[in-house]
Amino acid sequence: MLALISTSPSGLEQLWFALIGVLWLGYFFLEGFDFGVGILLPFLGKNDNDRRVIVNTIGPVWDGNEVWLLTAGGATFAAFPQWYATVFSGFYLPLFLILAALIFRGVAFEFRHKREDATWTKWWDRAIFWGSALPALLWGVAFADFVHGVPMAANYSWTGTFFDLVKPYALLGGLSTLALFTLHGSTFLGLKTHGDVRQRARVVGKALAPATFAIVTGFLAWTYLTAHNTHHTGLVPPLLPIAGVIALAGVGWLIRDRLEGWAFLATAIVIVAFFTTLLLNLYPNVLVSSVSPHFDMTIAAAASHPYTLKVMSWVALIFTPFVLLYQTWTYIIFKRRVGHPSPGEISSSVPAQR
Amino acid sequence: MNSLVAGISTLSLARWQFGITTVFHFLFVPLTIGLGLLVAILQTASYRTGDLAYERMTRFFGKLFLVNFAIGVVTGIVQEFQFGMDWSRYSVFVGNIFGAPLAIEGLLAFFMESTFLGIWIFGRGRVSKRVHLASIWLASLGTILSAAFIMAANSWMQHPVGYVIDPTTHQAVMTNFWAVLTNSTFLAAYGHVLFAAFLTGGAFALGVAAYHLRKNHDKVAFGKVARIAIVVTLLSSVGTAFLGDSQAKLLEKQQPMKMAAAEALYNTESGASFSLLTIGDLGDNPIFQIRLPHILSVLATNTWNGKVQGINQLEKKATAEYGAGSYVPLIWLCYWSFRIMVGLGILLVLLGGVGLWLVRKKRLEKSPRFLRFATWMIAAPFIANSFGWIFTEVGRQPWVVYGLLSTSKAVSVISPGYVATSLIGFTAIYTFLAVIEIGLMFRIAKEPPAIETLEESERIPELIY
Ligand code: HDD
Ligand code: HEM
Ligand code: HEM
Repeated sequence: MLALISTSPSGLEQLWFALIGVLWLGYFFLEGFDFGVGILLPFLGKNDNDRRVIVNTIGPVWDGNEVWLLTAGGATFAAFPQWYATVFSGFYLPLFLILAALIFRGVAFEFRHKREDATWTKWWDRAIFWGSALPALLWGVAFADFVHGVPMAANYSWTGTFFDLVKPYALLGGLSTLALFTLHGSTFLGLKTHGDVRQRARVVGKALAPATFAIVTGFLAWTYLTAHNTHHTGLVPPLLPIAGVIALAGVGWLIRDRLEGWAFLATAIVIVAFFTTLLLNLYPNVLVSSVSPHFDMTIAAAASHPYTLKVMSWVALIFTPFVLLYQTWTYIIFKRRVGHPSPGEISSSVPAQR
Repeated sequence: MNSLVAGISTLSLARWQFGITTVFHFLFVPLTIGLGLLVAILQTASYRTGDLAYERMTRFFGKLFLVNFAIGVVTGIVQEFQFGMDWSRYSVFVGNIFGAPLAIEGLLAFFMESTFLGIWIFGRGRVSKRVHLASIWLASLGTILSAAFIMAANSWMQHPVGYVIDPTTHQAVMTNFWAVLTNSTFLAAYGHVLFAAFLTGGAFALGVAAYHLRKNHDKVAFGKVARIAIVVTLLSSVGTAFLGDSQAKLLEKQQPMKMAAAEALYNTESGASFSLLTIGDLGDNPIFQIRLPHILSVLATNTWNGKVQGINQLEKKATAEYGAGSYVPLIWLCYWSFRIMVGLGILLVLLGGVGLWLVRKKRLEKSPRFLRFATWMIAAPFIANSFGWIFTEVGRQPWVVYGLLSTSKAVSVISPGYVATSLIGFTAIYTFLAVIEIGLMFRIAKEPPAIETLEESERIPELIY
């Protein structure tokens, strides 16, 4: 019934498609590294102290990073109710797994050191690993599915099962985000720690970079073919995925002393290019049907009425700058490297006694 | 899985799962809001006076606050997405209106509370003391703001305003955002819930302080907390009761069926009496009943002989307006949950009142029976909060959006197996986490705080998690 509405999106609708895209990009850029840090925790943390250093690099920021997801969810609900309703009921089981993972991960940070008991800490560290790895994989699967098509028939009714969501293309998408976020986490740790952990993060990052390059390049190439050879019409300028691939190629080289900031910037660029490619590929749809192009869900059909979008635009215009300001400010407050000083490094982390 | 749940509908599973996850979320939320404010007050006292007793108490309750906050956050994430998962037809219908406060809540409130809480936890010694103090106030303000937006959304479902129904898409479409934010239902419910949250924090702090006073731990510091908490408890319990009363008056106008169900009032009456307690049948043949003459009329209408509408008459009216069907919610559940909430509310006013009297008589520390009672009363606000919501939400049935969308038309078109998976999964996870959390809270709450010197108290913890 909703499909009867005109299919070319109005300016406001395009704006909200873009804004929700930005929220997702912000989410993957920020939570991307804290997923990566969680995944690397068992590999880089040789003893309890290392593991505390690793978890503390994201301590002050992970919850704020997760709010990008909540805001993306809320904004989708408000601006594109039909999209919100269809995606989250259709991706029921994957979303359930993601939520369960995020639950364990979230409490694990807070709980892991609340008791002096090695077994207790070990189990919460496992929760951090699985709670980070599972969403890192599943978000990629879900976004690949959006582009590749989901089993959606007339009136956006779902005709498939869970197994329609885990096709090879989607799985490759999942592997791409898993690898990419892990790499992003390693460049973040290289930037935020010193001593052994920093050294190990560098080694792992160097080892991961070529594999990630292969997976992500393969996935982006497949995406390009899908978009141009089948029924999809997305408007991705080829420069975008290419820029991502070039940045990714540079990461392995940039992971070295003094260039860690650049390495982190490079993984950030890859993530942004990666998801922008996928989202632009969707345009002017928000969800592609694998049953027939007639059943694609367009931006216009999913959107709320202009009044709601206008109200939301004003709210976003007024309040987003504050959010960006204070979130940036936390990163400045906590910009120092975390850890215990080791020989040969400046022990900037030792607090001055006041 | 599918065969296991055959016969149980997606609808009833979705209702159970929503009820369980939301009540769980709201078990922790009021304590977060209440303790957040209390910790901010304690830290302000410490900042102003330099008194180390306040500093110790800030840290002591700060730790409890953080453990509780973590559970509040992770159970909240589920809330944000389960409308889409289980109530997708509802989501399409209300998204234009209901989604906006939800998105704004994220942007205005969740960013604020999470970011400033991060600064508060990790910033000790890195930011100046003033900024550190400001960060706990901003985090607390964030929790208070988040309650505002979610309550505005919920109140719209109770009493829809500022909308039209789009004739082609059959969606509710917002026409006046200001009307949504100034909905009379919202203003009363927000005040009630906020006071209830402060009450939860106050009664919690009072109960914990009372425990330590009884055990002779750090009497100076816990004595100070007990005094603050008594004032908070008394003021907010009176506030809760006062606003609850105005909600009851609004209900008689906006959802008379809920009010009638709360009273098990089958037939319209003038000068209706309030039944304090019923044993046996809630209908015509109770075994035993205590009734307060005219009180229901006063409660619902503010006049001695005001007319209160009965279930039978309201049912007839509703069938005429909306077509055949049953418009009566579960009466016994409404009746009893309302009584439990109000009963505990009165008990909490007493707790605050007696506490204040003992403080004035300088006998607080010497009254072990009161102290023991105060510790037991920690449970009261949690129970009242849960039954308050159960009453509000169950009493609204069969509607999910009052008068516009029935619950049976709101549920997603998905297999019951999915919903059963998440119902079992979330219930298991939440129960597991609740057991762990409550265990941790008990340990932390019972441990007497270490008495530190000024030097030690300013030491910067290097690794926190
Ligand atoms: C009256 C208050 C109130 C009510 C009715 C609700 N919440 Fe809540 N919620 C809060 C008050 C709150 C809070 C006090 O602000 C919390 C608790 C712990 C926290 O971090 O914030 C929170 C946390 C919280 C979070 C996590 C935020 C974060 O990561 O920092 C989400 C996504 C939600 N809630 C969403 C919901 C939804 C969708 C609800 C409706 C069913 C809901 N809440 C009911
Ligand atoms: C904005 C906030 C809220 C919204 C939008 C909301 C919405 C809903 C919806 C969609 C249902 C399902 C329909 C039904 O089964 O009746 C429901 C039921 C329920 N909600 Fe709420 N709710 C909100 C807040 C809460 C809170 C905070 C609680 C309590 C902690 C709560 C308690 C319940 C309960 C117990 C049910 C089950 C009622 C039943 O199945 O009969 N709700 N609510
Ligand atoms: C003392 C007398 C009290 C009265 C007269 C009262 C009255 C009410 C009424 C009429 C409602 C239903 C509102 C609606 O459905 O729209 C309600 C809901 C609620 N009450 Fe109470 N209440 C009292 C005490 C308490 C206490 C002590 C607490 C918790 C500490 C509490 C927590 C709640 C909550 C969480 C809700 C659900 C949210 C809402 O709709 O406001 N109440 N109360």
